[in-house]
Parts: sequence; structure tokens; C-alpha cells
Amino acid sequence: MKFVDEFRDPAAARALVKSITRLAADDEFKFMEVCGGHTHTIYRHGLEHILPPGIELVHGPGCPVCVIPMGRVDDAMWLAEQPDIIFTTFGDMMRVPGSKGSLLDAKARGADVRFVYSPLDALKVALDNPTKHVVFFAVGFETTAPSSAVTLVRAKQLGVQNFSMFCNHVTIIPPIRAILESPDLRLSGFLGPGHVSTVIGTRPYRFVPQVYRKPLVVAGFEPLDILATVHMLLQQIRDGRCEVENQYGRVVREEGNLQALKLLAETMELRPHFEWRGLGFISQSALKINDAYADFDAEERFSMPGIRVADPKACQCGEVLKGVLKPWECKVFGTACTPETPIGTCMVSPEGACAAYYNFGRMHREAANMIGETAGV
Amino acid sequence: MCLGIPGQVVAMTDVEQYLAKVAVNGVQRVISVRLLADQSVEPGDWVLVHVGFAMSKIDEREAQLTLDQVRKMGADYVNEIDAFNSSEIV
Repeated sequence: MKFVDEFRDPAAARALVKSITRLAADDEFKFMEVCGGHTHTIYRHGLEHILPPGIELVHGPGCPVCVIPMGRVDDAMWLAEQPDIIFTTFGDMMRVPGSKGSLLDAKARGADVRFVYSPLDALKVALDNPTKHVVFFAVGFETTAPSSAVTLVRAKQLGVQNFSMFCNHVTIIPPIRAILESPDLRLSGFLGPGHVSTVIGTRPYRFVPQVYRKPLVVAGFEPLDILATVHMLLQQIRDGRCEVENQYGRVVREEGNLQALKLLAETMELRPHFEWRGLGFISQSALKINDAYADFDAEERFSMPGIRVADPKACQCGEVLKGVLKPWECKVFGTACTPETPIGTCMVSPEGACAAYYNFGRMHREAANMIGETAGV
Repeated sequence: MCLGIPGQVVAMTDVEQYLAKVAVNGVQRVISVRLLADQSVEPGDWVLVHVGFAMSKIDEREAQLTLDQVRKMGADYVNEIDAFNSSEIV
């Protein structure tokens, strides 16, 4: 049992799989893992093959790189190609394709595009380059948005004049609601995102059981966490319960991180609506820098084109992000679209479902099936 | 980019600005602990580090076990550590 032996506690993993198999019996369940980090763990460890065949894990929209629409990437590239600009971004965003290539292409054409680890590194670049204007490409869910908030506060405190953010922060609750409203998918429950929940806590998910009658369990990122979460979801269903539970209690608190939420409220506000790749416009689903920090808002400082660009016809990222299609069911998966030459965003980030499946899932499939047989599941 | 890596606080370098030196896998860099401003953060504490910010305090045993798991991620872990190494915040 190669894969299970890699786990933190192989004996616990075996016991969980046995118990999951017993709880699932011959019924079918479809659970969505909202977060791209979970998708990565599932494919890396071949978890879908260790689970009984009646349990299907469906990938959700929780990869911030994957949900940025093409028009916003085009705006980022437009900014990067303005004179006297240093454009800073997380490494993951470098290869996300817009309609005229990626930021990496802009860099090759001569734009000063730099990868940074932290938004505070971008602020440092601004301090070190007073004759240039430094823009930070802010992306991410509530996990990452507080780091942008702290950077805005710090920039204001330091009186930095040559720094702004192109804010693309998004929020996790609206797309979950959009998926629950979508008729395409019949889900049995959710594996709730882990690190987003360190910030927002577990209370915002209460509408999932209360309004939509689906259980949701906030999950950690290790393979054992995923198995334990699937077990908790099944146990709820078998007990006739439907609630929000927290499997990742060692990191996530019910109330979240109040300090982070306070800083977000101080610096940002909800946008009336925002476009998501594949999901279309979702109301109140993204954050904008508020008036108090407007000097640091790249959208206020520059007249960006702001043109909406439809996804390439061949690309089915939208269906993948909604969990309607599996990565390998996309027409261009692994042929025209690969991690080296991505057409869609899901193939770019290591947390994207397509990249994760391309890198790990394929080779696990056969081996994991063998494990399934020897484990008697 | 959504990875959280356990790091151990080595020293508070700027209490007013909530900056702390943190060791991740033997490499020391300054990160912001402002998101934990309402909790006490002291040298020796373990925190989950995401894009140069401590997101949450974690206990030591948990941190070690998580680090072992993260190391098994191979290339993605190396990329994250490389990125952490490149950090040079204000």
C-alpha cells in the first residue's frame, strides 16, 4: 500500500478507509472540495482511488488563480506595459493566459515584471525604486486578502507615493452559493476550505446546511485530513444530521481571525459584482480598495481598458471549476492544453484541478487501483 | 500560492510594526505577525506562514508533523521555500 504508507499515520488511514467504506455501503455520494489545495492533495495521493467507488470527489472553484477572467489578465498586462512601471505578482499569475499572452510574455517583450513572495516585498520594491511606480497584482481569497490589507495600511503609514495595487481579491461564500443554485450538480456535501476559514471562521457557512440542506466540514490539507473529512460528512448523513463541522480545528477557530477581518474592513469594500472565469458575474463576490485607500488603488490611478474578454472556445475551465467536468473530460486536456502551454487557468496553478491531475493523477490511477484491490476496498 | 508552511518565531524584530524573524526549514526571514496582533506571539512559537504573514498559531507537535507532510510535496515545497528565501520585506 504505497500511497497509504506515505501518510502521517498509515494505520489511521487504513482504519478510516474501512470505516468510510462501511458507512458508504452501496450508496453514491458526490462531495465537492471547494479549495484547490484539497484538489492538489487528492490527486497527489491518489485519494479518489483509495475511497470506495460510490464516493466521488468533485472539484470546486477555490483556486484564486483559476477564477481570474481573461479581461483582468489583459488589464494587468496593459499596466505592466505602461512606461516607468514595475509590475509585481505572485509567481502563479505569471503564466496565466490573457488574450494576448501572459505576463511572462509581457516580460519577454521588455516589461519590468517581477515575481514577489509577499505583497510587502512589492512595497519594498517601491521604496527601492522611487522613480518608478510599482503595481502589485493582488489575487486570492480571504486567505490572502488580509496580507494585502496590511500592506495598504503600511504603505499609507510610510506615505509611499509610488505604489498601488490592482485588486482582484475574491470571496468564497458567493461562488459556493452560486454552485448550490446551479441545477447542473447534485452534491451530497462539501469539504470546506481550510485556510480561508482561518480568516472567516466557520459561521459564514451555516447557510449551506440551513438553506440548502447540505453538510459542510472544514478540512485540513493532509491526506488523512481529507479522509477524516469524508468520514465526518458520511457520519452526518447516516446520523440524519446536517451541519457545519470543523475537522481542521488545530488551525481554524469558529470565529476566524478577527484581526484579519478588521483590517479587511478598514481597507476594502465589496464590489457590486465581479466576473469569475467560467462562472460569469457573481454579485458581491470580490473586494475593491475603499475610498480611504484610493491613492493605492491602481484602478483609480490608471485608466485601464477594462474590456471583458470571452474565454477561448476550446477551453472548458468553467465546467471544470463548477465540478461539472473532470479535467480529463475537457476536449483540450493534455493535448493542446498542458502546464507548459496552458490554454485555460486550471492548467496553470499547482492548485488548479487540471494541472494537479496532469502532474499526479494520471500516474496514480493504475497504481492506486492496484492498491484498492489489495486493500480489499 | 495558497500553501501555508509552519515556521518557528526566532525573535521579534520590530514590535511596533509586528515584524518577526521566523525560521522555515533552517532559513530565517522577516515576516509580519500583524494578523495575530490580538494574540501574544513570542520567540519559540510556531505559526503557519502564508505570503509573508503569520496566519495562525499552531502547536509544536502539529507544526513538525505538518512540516514532514509538506516536505513530501517535493517540487511545490521547494518552490515555496525558494519564494520564502527571496523575500525581503519592509
